[in-house]
Amino acid sequence: MSKRIPGPKSRFVQNAVRSRQFPIFVLMMTIIVVVSLRTPAFLSLGNFEDIMLDIAMLAIVSIGQMIVMITTGIDISVGSILAFSAMAVGSMVRANPEITPIIAILFGSLIGAALGCLNSFVITAMKIPPIITTLGTMSFFRGLVYVISQGTWVMSHQLPERFKEFTIQTDLGLPFLVIIALVLGVISYLFVNRIPIGRQIYAVGCNQKAARLAGIRVKRVEFLAYAISGLLSGVAGVMWVSRYAIAANNTATGFETQTIAACVIGGVSVFGGIGNIPGVFLGAFFIGMINNAINLIGISEFWKQAFYGMAIILAVVLDAVFNNRFKNMRAKNGEK
Amino acid sequence: MIPYKKPFDPLSFFLRWEWILVLLIIFISIINSNLSPYFLDFSNLFDMTFNFLEKGFITLPMTYVIISGNLDFSVADILALSSCIMGLAFESGMSIWLSAGLALGLGAIAGLINGNLITRLKIPSFAATLGTAALYRGLTWLLLENRGVTGFPEEFTLIGRGDIPGTEIPIPLVLFFLLFIPAAIFLHRSTFGRYVFAIGGNKEVSRFSGIKNDKIIRTIFIISGIISALSGILISARFGSVRADVVPNATLDVVTIVVLGGVSIAGGSGTLIGVALSMFLLGIVKYGLNLMNIPPQIQIVITGLLLIVSVFIPQIVNRIKKRKEEVKRK
Repeated sequence: MSKRIPGPKSRFVQNAVRSRQFPIFVLMMTIIVVVSLRTPAFLSLGNFEDIMLDIAMLAIVSIGQMIVMITTGIDISVGSILAFSAMAVGSMVRANPEITPIIAILFGSLIGAALGCLNSFVITAMKIPPIITTLGTMSFFRGLVYVISQGTWVMSHQLPERFKEFTIQTDLGLPFLVIIALVLGVISYLFVNRIPIGRQIYAVGCNQKAARLAGIRVKRVEFLAYAISGLLSGVAGVMWVSRYAIAANNTATGFETQTIAACVIGGVSVFGGIGNIPGVFLGAFFIGMINNAINLIGISEFWKQAFYGMAIILAVVLDAVFNNRFKNMRAKNGEK
Repeated sequence: MIPYKKPFDPLSFFLRWEWILVLLIIFISIINSNLSPYFLDFSNLFDMTFNFLEKGFITLPMTYVIISGNLDFSVADILALSSCIMGLAFESGMSIWLSAGLALGLGAIAGLINGNLITRLKIPSFAATLGTAALYRGLTWLLLENRGVTGFPEEFTLIGRGDIPGTEIPIPLVLFFLLFIPAAIFLHRSTFGRYVFAIGGNKEVSRFSGIKNDKIIRTIFIISGIISALSGILISARFGSVRADVVPNATLDVVTIVVLGGVSIAGGSGTLIGVALSMFLLGIVKYGLNLMNIPPQIQIVITGLLLIVSVFIPQIVNRIKKRKEEVKRK
């Protein structure tokens, strides 16, 4: 679905200026300038690294949320899947401290994928709307966290040092957590842009009927979307235990709001069919930057919640305005 | 789709979902009274209603919202925001009744914002209300931070936790029926109600037959905002305090109650009596779980499952019905 305004052959800059992410990019630059004039520390490399560390998990989960939102669905169970994976992996590592981080990540992603597949099954086979399904599974999974933990937490002193440190190791120049987020970003970028089934995700989101008539197995694509979202939440869960060295029953409550915010700020349309990985990373970075700025300037912590809400509403409203104008434009041109 | 008047058919009358709910209520009551000999005590039963009545108020407008084919995810957050405004107004020296009026007004505005986002900007209702939910809750945290407002006068807290003088009937229960009866009549016996069903049945058709879809949907969302605010007032009155983290899981409960009450999630069908029955059903189920000492963190497992199952069963029934009709035609 191209939204380009007719004009001269576009180059990189023109493309960038016309992209959905351009306004947010300009806004971000403005905020960076304003905040760094007030607190020069904001612009330091160390602070930049802090922001990256903070948003890595958000970015990972937002990739999955984006894929789901492109198919016109939504997944509000991501926070609970993350918590479940965090608790399961946390208890596993507590019981067997010799487990290597790689196995923990594999285990976490398997758990996440399994829970995601449960979502997919309910949505595609039982034909229940995504929002209702994930509302139900959000509390279902959250309750399961409590069931497997029996109300106890996995505390910092119960985890081996090696496991707590692997996310912030900087052997390769960047913290391992950031590297994982970037690698997953690149893989999913290639997946949605270069692999047929990745392209089919967009097709399903733009026009489900047309996609079906074109021979795309819509069900299979939808199944995949929620499974991927679950898998990425599971991976993020492992990162969460390692980074914060705690797995609690209320881990990541309200995380779904942040992922949705990152997506819509990054230009993912709630009407489906539109969205890309660089945009989502930009959206996640924007949120991380605002959180960081709020801490640095010393405004009340409670601004964050209000900020997510305002950002989501603003982004969705702009999206809707453009979407409606686009529809009107097409109607005028006599297309259907 | 919308018959002028249905002929009375005893078979279909007794095969309705509402009767199944009644049977389930009786069944669960028997289990509960085996669990505890005090379950069937009248004052106990009345006490129990406190646990779900405030949410029950919101199920009334939510039924309208879901029948019209929409969803409102911001009810719990309108509740929080309006009760927070009430608390702050009271703290600044306003009379409590005036503050409550202010809360109702704020609920109406919040609902109006939802309605406008959905009808004028054509944002899918779940996306719009998920966004406003985050916004309203965020504003609540911003205004109230992590403190609480207390010290409401006795005559105010009475409307949340008091009984009708001389009896054991709680005031919120009476208020609920005072709202339920007009809501049911309005939904099932008025033009407005028929329009709501028509919109949920088929938006395009209802628009082409001259129904002002947008106006009706806006009205429904405003009412939803007002009732959420009312529910917030009652909860604050019962707790005697206002906090930003009030009723975090209310939306799940409210949607589950409405869907369990036989309202189709796709819109266009459902009855308010079913919703009221399912509210009592869920209430006694939760009461039974409490009797069995199951913590609320695990109870949400059951609520979540119940939501999915209660959407799934009517779909299966519909599929079987359709297949039967097809066989008949052949």
